[in-house]
Amino acid sequence: MTGQEKKFSMVGKSVPRVDAAAKVRGKAQFTDDMVLPGMVYAKIKPSTMAHGHIKRINTGKALALPGVLAVITGKDSPTPYSVNNHLPTECPLAVKKVCYYGEGIAAVAAVDEETAEEALDLIDVDYEPLPLLLDPLVSMGQDDVRIHDFAPENINVSGYQHFGNVDDALKHSDTVVEGTYTSSYVQNAFLEPQSALADFNPETGKLTLYTCIQLPHYTQGTVSRALGIPQEKIRIVVPYVGGGFGGKTEATPASLVASILSRKLGRPVKITYDRMEVFFQNKGRHPAVMKVKMGFEKDGKITSLDFDTTLDGGAHSSWGLVVLWFTAALTQLPYKIPNVRFNGRRVYTNKPTCGAQRGLAGVQVRIAIESLLDEAANKLGISPYEMRYINAVETGYQTKSVISVGHSEYKKCLQSVAERCGFLEKYGKLPFGRGIGMAGGHYSSGGAYLLYRSYRPHSTANIRIDTEAGVTLFVGATDVGQGANTVLAQMAAEVLGLDYREINLICQDTLLAPMDNGTYDSRVTHGCGHAVKNAAMEARRKLLAAAALDLALRPEHLECAGSQIYSIYDPKKRIPFFEAVGKYQNSWGTLFGVGEYTPPQPQGNYQGKLIGPSPAFGFSAQAAEVDVDLETGQIRIVKYWEAGDCGQPINPMAVEGQVEGAISMGIGQALYEEMIVGKDGRIVNANFHDYKIPTAMDMPEMDTQTVESYDPNSAFGNKETGEGPTCCVAPAILNALYDAIGIRFTETPITPEKVLKALGKI
Amino acid sequence: MKQVIQLHVNGMSYEVMISPRDLLVDVLRKQLAFTGTKKGCGHGDCGTCTVLVNDKPILSCLTLAIACRGKEITTIEGLDRDGVLHPVQQSFVNHGAIQCGFCTPGMVLSAKALLDQNPNPTEDQIRRGLSGNLCRCTGYAKIIEAVEAVAKEHGKALD
Repeated sequence: MTGQEKKFSMVGKSVPRVDAAAKVRGKAQFTDDMVLPGMVYAKIKPSTMAHGHIKRINTGKALALPGVLAVITGKDSPTPYSVNNHLPTECPLAVKKVCYYGEGIAAVAAVDEETAEEALDLIDVDYEPLPLLLDPLVSMGQDDVRIHDFAPENINVSGYQHFGNVDDALKHSDTVVEGTYTSSYVQNAFLEPQSALADFNPETGKLTLYTCIQLPHYTQGTVSRALGIPQEKIRIVVPYVGGGFGGKTEATPASLVASILSRKLGRPVKITYDRMEVFFQNKGRHPAVMKVKMGFEKDGKITSLDFDTTLDGGAHSSWGLVVLWFTAALTQLPYKIPNVRFNGRRVYTNKPTCGAQRGLAGVQVRIAIESLLDEAANKLGISPYEMRYINAVETGYQTKSVISVGHSEYKKCLQSVAERCGFLEKYGKLPFGRGIGMAGGHYSSGGAYLLYRSYRPHSTANIRIDTEAGVTLFVGATDVGQGANTVLAQMAAEVLGLDYREINLICQDTLLAPMDNGTYDSRVTHGCGHAVKNAAMEARRKLLAAAALDLALRPEHLECAGSQIYSIYDPKKRIPFFEAVGKYQNSWGTLFGVGEYTPPQPQGNYQGKLIGPSPAFGFSAQAAEVDVDLETGQIRIVKYWEAGDCGQPINPMAVEGQVEGAISMGIGQALYEEMIVGKDGRIVNANFHDYKIPTAMDMPEMDTQTVESYDPNSAFGNKETGEGPTCCVAPAILNALYDAIGIRFTETPITPEKVLKALGKI
Repeated sequence: MKQVIQLHVNGMSYEVMISPRDLLVDVLRKQLAFTGTKKGCGHGDCGTCTVLVNDKPILSCLTLAIACRGKEITTIEGLDRDGVLHPVQQSFVNHGAIQCGFCTPGMVLSAKALLDQNPNPTEDQIRRGLSGNLCRCTGYAKIIEAVEAVAKEHGKALD
């Protein structure tokens, strides 16, 4: 039976989230909502200098303040870490020098937050200032000032790839287009500020850390390194997470400081950031300066791509290595390009660190490439739609970097969106000030290789079935709001023929749930989905064997549906699901199923090959129609269209929500969002009043649809959907603006001021 | 100087000891454990701390607790009736208007207040009415659908 013929009962249904009622009642407990007996509060003192040596810290007065229980500094935990321990530079509190404004330099635990804050003011710090490096293009030339001693010219990581012969291909191209594109310094801007509650047990030497984190198992590794506690003595519990978008993939300094203080005091310690700290502890998107050149044949076929990027990494290493190589990998799709050269570097600067943000690396890459595709289309007299269509990858395509595309319906996406928005009728034909633009993109459904224990299965799932607790699914992935728990429950229920609400979930707890690489790179529905399916299939096989004995039938003639097990030939021969479970238990005890998943490993032999390949790629095509107010420069998005290839949607309502949210983040990047850094290195708009994310008033009408698709390599035909759609938004808007006013913007965000300047009005 | 005051929250009276500078959001969360009221920014920018005071939505992070004496405060925990979700809550559940859930309590209360004022709002009025509540997950589409659906189903019958 092929996937397309498969009739699902739970998969493909727009059921409400498993946690919807708890959330809508205000009962869902987030980290900062938690209180433990004997709990105290801590606060971190931020540096007021972006680059300098710490000459002296005097904590005596703070410690003497009544109500203060402990004061720590960088000396209390001097082992540097990074999220994957590649070039570790960060410590829970700065040791010897500070590298960005807002970096923690000391922390106070006290009976309440007010006392802790008062004590912070009593800590005296003397700095010896160092020259500030805020611009990556300046920083990377400097060797007399190094932000980290080991990094000459402040280069964190650099890389080069060359497939085919780009110079030759460009020389023989009919048309060459080029440009320099820059993307802005934006932030994840999740609404829940990070919070951590650490509870060290002095009797057992074990630490329990409650914190809103996307990657509990990575966090375990970071805490282990920073505190010198063996990993198995650290339990990470993840309460509800108020949005992550990549920004909660790394252990926060707060979670490490709370852990250190809890160990020191032997009592629970909580730290919750305020909004300004969320900005200072940024781990959002890397600003990029991209110099890109593309060659084309007369008919629009892409011959070559020459891609050079400089990523502004900010102060620390974070995901730098991954972002750099992911940038390289993302240039290879979703178009067939026979010759590709990549040259890139990530540079340290004295700014809050850049890390991971939804559509990591893809947002920047697509801004450049999708803009240049339109440039070339205009030069060649081809419609931007046709330009994309003729170059679009299909199922079975392999990039020159030997990344395999197992399944693609990208062409359907392009067709669908072009038809629905009336692209060919509108493009180039709307009145001045009004325009339409399109863009496309893709994203991986989890990496084939991960930088954390990639040699192990990337996901494991356990299922326990008995008459005492029903069906309980144990998975280590984190639901950060995207709906992982709901779709994983739908998958288990599908296999077992139950309602998804019958599945108990034990997740987000390293003690109770098995190892999983966590929620990033759009990997959960695909990777963890495979593991859940495998676990459920094993449990089903065992249960059907028991039911077959009871019914005197062959197990392969049995089906599970509607909480019943019955013969596919004589449905009257049946047994209720839990009666069969009881019979299994009577003979063999509690029923368990175990499933795991490891993606096919990367091929090829070149630098950076590990990052980029994926077992499945999702695709998205989008169009924006914009209206520019020629007097004020304001841009209004009249309507927005999207067509997505996410394979079989597990929960179509959740898919729509993911895509709509992705569009919203993309619009923020395109039109509104940018962290502004002052001369002293401080983010001057570190609040939601001055850093503007889209409101309900800013969002246009959205028409999002999935195209008919089923990836036979996936557990239920499913693929990525949450990140790819983020990547196409800014270029779709940039292309629409070109159609509207004939101006090619090459940087985000496009503010009214930039529009008026470009129109020569100011 | 701290003093004991009475606050009326979700139909009950509570005695709380507060200092005059204490914010309503902190008193609700820390003293009364109404943690459904969220603190997303602390500066009145995000709307996650929205509660109803005398049926009007206010930002509890910009409101002194002491100023709420004698007033009726409704938090998200006070919206259901005998465990049955308020129609706005139910509509958020049905329409997928919830993702991470951090904005949800404030968003639901703003939507309820909007519908109490105007049982049949236009889409534009809904967008305007919710524009003080930020959501980073949904792009607002499903939230607006959820509110429209309540207006359609209940109209003026909404209690």
